[in-house]
Amino acid sequence: MTISAHILTYVTFLPLVGALFVLIVPGNDTVALNNMRRIALVTTLVTFALSLAMWAMFDSSSSEFQFVENYEWIQNSIGYRMGVDGISMLFIVLTAMLMPIVILSTWGSVQNRVREYMVAFLVLETLMNGVFATLDLAMFYVFFEGGLIPMFLIIGIWGGKRRIQASYKFFFYTFTGSVLMLLAIMAMYWQAGTLDIRQLLKTDFPPDMQFWLWIAFFASFAVKLPMWPFHRWLPEAHVEAPTAGSVVLAAILLKMGGYGFLRLSLPMFPDASAYFTNFVFVLSVGAIVLTSLVALVQEDMKKLIAYSSVAHMGYVTMGIFAANQLGVQGAIFQMISHGIVSAALFLCVGVIYDRMHTREIAAYGGLVERMPRYAAAFMVFTMANVGLPGTSGFVGEFLTLIGIFQVNTWVAAGAALGVILSAGYALWLYRRVIFGVLEKETLRSILDLNAREVWILVPLILLTILFGFYPAPLLDATAASVSALVDQYHAATGMVDMGMVADAVQAAH
Amino acid sequence: MASDLMSFSDLAPAYPELLLALGALVLLLLGVFTRSDNSLRIAGIAIGLLVAVLALVVFQPAEGVLFNGGFIEDGFARYMKVLVLAGAAFALILSVSAASTHALDKFEYSVLIVLSTLGMLIMVSANDLMVLYIGIELQSLALYVLAAMKRDSAKATEAGLKYFVLGALSSGMLLYGMSMIYGFTGQTELDKIAGTIQLTPDHIGVIFGLVFLVAGLAFKISAVPFHMWTPDVYEGAPTPVTAFLASAPKVAAMAIFIRLLVESFGGITPQWQQIIIFLSIVSMVLAAFAAIGQSNIKRLIAYSSIGHMGFALVGLSAGHQVGVEGVAIYMAIYLTMTIGLFAAVLSLKANGTYVEKIDDLAGLAQTRPYVAAIIALMMFSLIGLPPLAGFFAKWHVFVAAIEAGFYVLAVIGVLASAVSAYYYLRVVRTMYFDEPKLEFAAAPQELRVVMAVTGFLVLAYYFTVAGPLAALAHGAAGSLF
Repeated sequence: MTISAHILTYVTFLPLVGALFVLIVPGNDTVALNNMRRIALVTTLVTFALSLAMWAMFDSSSSEFQFVENYEWIQNSIGYRMGVDGISMLFIVLTAMLMPIVILSTWGSVQNRVREYMVAFLVLETLMNGVFATLDLAMFYVFFEGGLIPMFLIIGIWGGKRRIQASYKFFFYTFTGSVLMLLAIMAMYWQAGTLDIRQLLKTDFPPDMQFWLWIAFFASFAVKLPMWPFHRWLPEAHVEAPTAGSVVLAAILLKMGGYGFLRLSLPMFPDASAYFTNFVFVLSVGAIVLTSLVALVQEDMKKLIAYSSVAHMGYVTMGIFAANQLGVQGAIFQMISHGIVSAALFLCVGVIYDRMHTREIAAYGGLVERMPRYAAAFMVFTMANVGLPGTSGFVGEFLTLIGIFQVNTWVAAGAALGVILSAGYALWLYRRVIFGVLEKETLRSILDLNAREVWILVPLILLTILFGFYPAPLLDATAASVSALVDQYHAATGMVDMGMVADAVQAAH
Repeated sequence: MASDLMSFSDLAPAYPELLLALGALVLLLLGVFTRSDNSLRIAGIAIGLLVAVLALVVFQPAEGVLFNGGFIEDGFARYMKVLVLAGAAFALILSVSAASTHALDKFEYSVLIVLSTLGMLIMVSANDLMVLYIGIELQSLALYVLAAMKRDSAKATEAGLKYFVLGALSSGMLLYGMSMIYGFTGQTELDKIAGTIQLTPDHIGVIFGLVFLVAGLAFKISAVPFHMWTPDVYEGAPTPVTAFLASAPKVAAMAIFIRLLVESFGGITPQWQQIIIFLSIVSMVLAAFAAIGQSNIKRLIAYSSIGHMGFALVGLSAGHQVGVEGVAIYMAIYLTMTIGLFAAVLSLKANGTYVEKIDDLAGLAQTRPYVAAIIALMMFSLIGLPPLAGFFAKWHVFVAAIEAGFYVLAVIGVLASAVSAYYYLRVVRTMYFDEPKLEFAAAPQELRVVMAVTGFLVLAYYFTVAGPLAALAHGAAGSLF
């Protein structure tokens, strides 16, 4: 047997092994702390290498699940089942890619309780990879919900002034939404007699049952994503979380909601999804327009980026429920791109927060005079956030907009408004922080990016631009699985429009 | 009536009880006739005795009905006995370090625990209302004394008295219910009651008796609205006794609750289902809200245990094998979490006294990271967060409720668990997010071991015991249907 037979197990559980090693490092002096950091970094780097190897071995022409492992465990219900297809595979790579960056970003800024910090992040990585890798519905819930524990602690222990309220809010919004999903999972188990996602994807649930199941799943995913108006926990959690926590939250945890819609809601409950499509569209456009407006008036940099995240997730839900090849592929692309760009933006805020210990926009201005390298990096990510052609942000927004245009032009028109608004808040933020006159005394001695920060940001800059000009690697990987999903959805809802599907497939290649 | 016993080996199904009874007497003699500072040695022997009985239950496959149908040893009884004995043994281990502070360093303590455990084993194996009552009384009387063992403490005395008065009331209700059942069916043997009920279902007298029986047993598992004694007794009793109260007796009472309802009243399941659903809902909801205001960790655990009995009843309310299986798994996990939590609570010693106020735990994560991690782990598990054991406990009972079609019950249950997360998280918050106030002493060696074992089981539940435990519970529940 080669490595490929169990590669998902390795990718998922390797960080846990790293966490174990971090736990047993003796002592608490500087040397020990550095050893802990090194162990965490090496673990995440090896995991990343493994995830890349997985991508290399992945057969993107097939829409089947690959690297499948399937063992029965608790009676005939919960099993250990792993496998990825084109929809889930990229999220694992994204997670594995961001984790070394996250670990590196905390090298200097976190000095207290380093051991717990590293353990929390490594455990979190296992849980996040597990969400995307598992093929057992109960285990999906386990990984999905398990992430609450480390994230609650990360916000609560290493967060800002109002961290306790933020961590509670994060916990209760997510937990309350998710317990209903748990009951839905149980109901599906009795209906289908299995928790194997591959079997469930082939099961036809009765339409009235789909209705309730869809709502239960929606309660969980809409909070996690978050969709407007279930987003209230997000700005607070982002503002109070430490930089690394915000990065993980924005880049990966939010994507679990979108992934859930794609993996479960859409294919398993097609009738209910079709029924609720317009409802989702309204919420999506609401998210795009309203949260963009809210972002305009924010005084806190992290809060502004947090609201812009909600707006960008609006494109994702819109693309997913457009339920055509371009829309869904665009949604996945948008999620990956947002994972890179929002992570980078939060890291950028972290850079100046480490120096000035404030996130107030008004406290900055004229940074370009002292920090030219930083200004350049921040500009790339601001442009990507706006969706400038040539950055990865453009591709995702463009694809979802085309996808939705085929379905509903009014929704497309509303969403296009968001593109303008996002340019408004993002450019204005850039103008106020970077340009202008360097007036504040405290800023005169601020230092430009050091080597570590350059190492963190350069890979993200390269990826942002690479995927902006050459999105093919991502689109190729998702094409086959998405087209299978879309076909199945249209077959189930009886809205088959073969011409449209064929055009879409053509356009994607 | 002629005896069904021809030789000593016919008694094989009752060997564990016989050994335990004999052992209790020997312990008593040892305690009386040896030196006065022998409590630790007696406790050691008692632990050995419990472990030996446990081994006997596990490795001795003899099953059957004895004593003219009064006593039954089946898969279900053996499963529950293992839990009861393990709970009792661990409770004794927990009391070693705290005995002197809590005035438990007398040999009677171990003897009473062993006698109470014997009562529980008889309860679990009872196949007759009379035997059931004898088991319950043996168990309870020993517990009353244990709760009041710290004679000089007003709180402990109050706890003991309260426990006794309310316990006597519940025994009275139980007896009243039994007499009605006997009056209307003419039987006291559980399976024969079932046979008579088959002939005349929905007999109003039987249902009356059933209600009283359920009320009496609800006292023992402290389900709302029969829970009033729990917080006071848990708080007032010496902590090691509370650890015992919260673990083994709950398992035994739940076991006989299940056996009685399923075995005797299986024919009128819809009749008792509605009572159980009511008990379950009010227990879950009331505990979730009432615990929010608690500042004493033992009171908090009391409300938490009330809530958890509510969750366990969710499984029982389903009334079929999957439900009973769920309760069996739930009790095993509940026992593990309770023992682990009390091991951690008994490690919290600052300035020579045991800390019980939640606010005093501030910053524990920085001064005693290991103990804090265990408490946090148990709290997260009690909330029911995956991948910890507490999640799988809830999974098994709710999956049964969903199969039975009790959607409203399930929705209320999971929402109650979301509310209850608030007070569990408060403990985590105090330990992890606040700054240290007190200097805590290091945990005793044996408590560290208990914490490590229970912590490992809770943390790695899915990867280690989940499959085998589910199979065992399946077998145990199967012997009732």
